[in-house]
Amino acid sequence: MDSIGQGPKVVFTIPIFGGIEVTETIVIGWGIIVAVLLLSLWLTSDLKKIPEKKRQIVAEMFVDFVNNTVKNTMGPAFMSFAPYIAMLLVYAVLGALVSLIGLRPMTADFNTTLTWALMTFVLITYFKIKTNGFGGYLKSFAAPIPVMLPLNLLSEVATPLSMAFRMFGNVSGGMVITTLLYGALGSLSRLLHVSFSLGVFDINLAQMFIPAMLSIYFDLFSGCIQAYIFATLTMVYVSSAAEES
Amino acid sequence: MEKAIVLGCSAIGAGLAMIAGIGPGIGEGYAVGKTIESIARQPEAKGDCTRTMFIGVAMAESTGIYAFVVALILMFANPFLKKL
Repeated sequence: MDSIGQGPKVVFTIPIFGGIEVTETIVIGWGIIVAVLLLSLWLTSDLKKIPEKKRQIVAEMFVDFVNNTVKNTMGPAFMSFAPYIAMLLVYAVLGALVSLIGLRPMTADFNTTLTWALMTFVLITYFKIKTNGFGGYLKSFAAPIPVMLPLNLLSEVATPLSMAFRMFGNVSGGMVITTLLYGALGSLSRLLHVSFSLGVFDINLAQMFIPAMLSIYFDLFSGCIQAYIFATLTMVYVSSAAEES
Repeated sequence: MEKAIVLGCSAIGAGLAMIAGIGPGIGEGYAVGKTIESIARQPEAKGDCTRTMFIGVAMAESTGIYAFVVALILMFANPFLKKL
């Protein structure tokens, strides 16, 4: 019950500028970056024109999947976005799936999701200014009538906020429910006298098997779907920002 | 005493906030039902229908997520306790 209600733990503090706190999220994030780097080096080493090894086929399948998704959603003019979308997908999926090995999911930290949402927001604004010009961008807030100005401003701010809150809420909601269930099952097994103590480890029989079912939904399904939705929303928003006249 | 009242009211408020879960539930169920109808009518459009449905369902879920965030703030980062 200790892990809910508190943010990610501070792992260590860098003693400059009055102490910068490095949290679990940052450490896990860098771990994922290193893991992805090693994985891509391994997957793309020794490439052949006609694939011989399974790992090349896996790498080609992933690249094809991202390329096709970007082409279908944004159109062929935006193919340069494929690496960014692939980065979002890989980072978000792995960031949610680290909870399977007992770490704190990276996307259960609002800082992570807000950072990604702000990156998308910068892209949206850049494409709006690029297509309409700066004057047209300012004028679009007063459309269709100037009375709509506050509402338009609000909806502009709500876009990154809702993207960030959606991903954060889903993953951290799963985390809170799983932790509550672990606590409840622990008390249940102490009540039924099916909990043993092996040295430092406490074994509660009721805590086995049942959380695994929930974990399939909250960790596997929810994590992957939210990553996909975040990437899709990024593509939809950016391409619609570029289309506006 | 004051703290107990604030804590109790915050817990009730968190519970009330989660009533908002009804809305996305109904909306998402409706969206999925309509998607299944359209897939049954045109099975070849399954991929497009499913992808669009997921985006729509994620959009509809926002309100539920907002309510959940409000409930989380009331339970774990209570702003009213600091004002006592």
